Amino acid sequence: MNIETFRYDNRIVRAFALATIFWGLVGTLAGLLAACQLFWPDLNLNTPFTTFGRIRPLHTNAVIFAFVGNGMFTGIYYSLQRLCKARMFSDTLSWINFWGWNAIIVAAAVTLPLGLTTSKEYAELEWPIDIAIAVVWVVFTVNLLGTILRRREKHMYVAIWFYIATAITVAVLHIFNSLELPAGAFKSYSIYAGVQDALVQWWYGHNAVAFFLTTPYLGLMYYFLPKASERPVFSYRLSIIHFWALIFVYIWAGPHHLLYTALPDWAQSLGMVFSVMLVAPSWGGMLNGLLTLRGAWDKVRQEPVLKFLVVAVTAYGMATLEGPTLAIKSVNALSHYTDWTIAHVHTGALGWNGFLTFGMLYWLFPRLYNTRLWSTKLANYHFWIGLLGMMFYVVPIYVSGVTQGLMWKQFTADGFLQYGNFLETTIRIIPMHMLRAVGGTLYVVGIVLMWVNLYKTAKSGQFVPETEAQAPALSARPAAPEKKVGGWHGHRWLEGLPVTFTVLVTIAILIGGLVEIIPMYLIKSNVPTIAAVKPYTPLELLGRDLYIREGCVACHSQMVRPFRSETERYGEYSKVGEYVYDHPFLWGSKRTGPDLHRVGGKYPDAWHYNHMENPVNTSPRSIMPRYPWLLTRKLDTNVVQVRMKTLRRLGVPYTDEDIAKAYENMAAQQLRIVQNLKVGMVEADPDREIIALIAYLQRLGTDIKGSPASTAPKLAGP
Amino acid sequence: MIRNVLEHIGGIERYGILSILIFFACYAGMLVWAFLLKKPYLHRMAAKPLEPDSPATSPEETRHE
Repeated sequence: MNIETFRYDNRIVRAFALATIFWGLVGTLAGLLAACQLFWPDLNLNTPFTTFGRIRPLHTNAVIFAFVGNGMFTGIYYSLQRLCKARMFSDTLSWINFWGWNAIIVAAAVTLPLGLTTSKEYAELEWPIDIAIAVVWVVFTVNLLGTILRRREKHMYVAIWFYIATAITVAVLHIFNSLELPAGAFKSYSIYAGVQDALVQWWYGHNAVAFFLTTPYLGLMYYFLPKASERPVFSYRLSIIHFWALIFVYIWAGPHHLLYTALPDWAQSLGMVFSVMLVAPSWGGMLNGLLTLRGAWDKVRQEPVLKFLVVAVTAYGMATLEGPTLAIKSVNALSHYTDWTIAHVHTGALGWNGFLTFGMLYWLFPRLYNTRLWSTKLANYHFWIGLLGMMFYVVPIYVSGVTQGLMWKQFTADGFLQYGNFLETTIRIIPMHMLRAVGGTLYVVGIVLMWVNLYKTAKSGQFVPETEAQAPALSARPAAPEKKVGGWHGHRWLEGLPVTFTVLVTIAILIGGLVEIIPMYLIKSNVPTIAAVKPYTPLELLGRDLYIREGCVACHSQMVRPFRSETERYGEYSKVGEYVYDHPFLWGSKRTGPDLHRVGGKYPDAWHYNHMENPVNTSPRSIMPRYPWLLTRKLDTNVVQVRMKTLRRLGVPYTDEDIAKAYENMAAQQLRIVQNLKVGMVEADPDREIIALIAYLQRLGTDIKGSPASTAPKLAGP
Repeated sequence: MIRNVLEHIGGIERYGILSILIFFACYAGMLVWAFLLKKPYLHRMAAKPLEPDSPATSPEETRHE
């Protein structure tokens, strides 16, 4: 037998591990800052760059793509080599993956505070960075598949299946959701509008959770849990069922983010049904993980690594029961737009992803440095502080979410909204925001303890850059056919054919997507146009772009659901035809502030001016940050014609005349708003950003009210 | 003015049925597949992560299927 000697690359594993530790602290600190701003809005330090609307996407991107992303690569680059008995396919590709991915994260950390954002959740990065993500992801996929093809182990272990599914699906999701037309160096418009954009975004958003935060980590669970517990996987058969059922079902569930919105009802029901089905494979996987510890539970008491892994798998179980529950329409009617969703994602992020990453790092570092963990006691402290932090974090937000949902829907005996002023519901949950920040602080303290422990561990040992290993070459063995002795070996056969396996995975994840997206394209050709709905005027368009820049969508929805509690509070429920010119859609996903879809014409222009200068001027005890820079900054009008032309290419019916007269049109609308402001005792220059924002806000939802927006000069078309 | 969008998608009523059929076909096929697998293979694969990093030179330890 031809025994080959080769070396596993530990350098790349260490690089990703260090990046994970670094971004873990950055991401959670950004989250803590955002959490504190919810009860102390002045913590934005009066700068646009650190305001909640910009910090929130920075936090979510840092945690998802920087912390979990690097954590995923750490685990994959370590386990894949060992499961394949092969070094990574290409060291060069490994390092392009590392530096490329982390450069993208740095680009995100710079552009998001600058307000350069598409506004689509977890896909906020602008088009040049989107292209970079696609390139780096392809590099990772080639490296992954190349390693698998060069393996010395005939069968692919279940963890590798999850890695393949991750690589393929994330590429598909990212590319289709990021289709956008540039309108400048860091400005683009989604090619989809309104309801189509919403469906594609949440097909992406939901499956980013599934295939970025879940499947790679399930692969890590199937590798590191047996490793740490020194027990084989409880049921390999169950792992096969877990894998195929999960990837097949997950992709269909995206529309559960759009229940009771203007999305067609059949798509909502489809999303709900498949979400409920997801409980079965998810819990199959969770039980498979926990039962792997059978006979090893005594070790859990002693070993912090196992403690972290057990809580991670338990959090996975909790989150995957809660997710389908929230996807039931009647539950979603209460929970959607409330903090309940935030609590749900933090059970997943802090518990499942965070704790699994911590457990993996505590297991890896002593092995990478050929030593023992510096302090088991400190790791145990981290575990308990982290667990306490997680509890203090999620429990108050659950209370907060249910409180919000109930207060929004409460009517008096006389049939009026009991809490007609939205602000009452905001103020009621401020103590919960404070408790949540305490939990976040504890979690961050835990990460600092881990920094110390891992640093000391590294100092106490000697880094092992490569690990020598030996195995017979796969090709050196005679190609013996699978013996079929009284049974069928289909899956064994399939595991020996990574290319076929990858194709089947691709088909499995595409079926669900196509069933949802093909009708979406049919809807595009049958958009229920509403004659009164017109494109935004040039000034409104620039105001909308400011709304996107400031991240208003982080706290305000633009989707009045067809509930009496909402139509009483906001006005007529939202129609799909009202969004046909919205590139991108701005429906939002939570209401820290009220819905804004019918805010147009509700208040005078001067109210908006005073409110943006300092929200407590008009809304005492408001937790909205101040936006004084909008009052002083000059509006950049040079971009307007390029943007109108870009939107015209996407189907917005701006005529040549509209574009040619854009400046004239803008000046007229600015002047009218300035005159309106004078009535409200406000003196303002017409060329300031606030004027454009007021124009946009006053336009919102007015198309079907039967009266044109007060200040808008008429466009020539369509 | 505001029309029901569903009326304008040809055969939309079949999408739900088609979805469920595809789901059950795939799910049932996969279950049959999984339950036909033999135990020795399953046990070997379940213990795969427990194999030592190096050196794994014994033909018994590294043999392929």
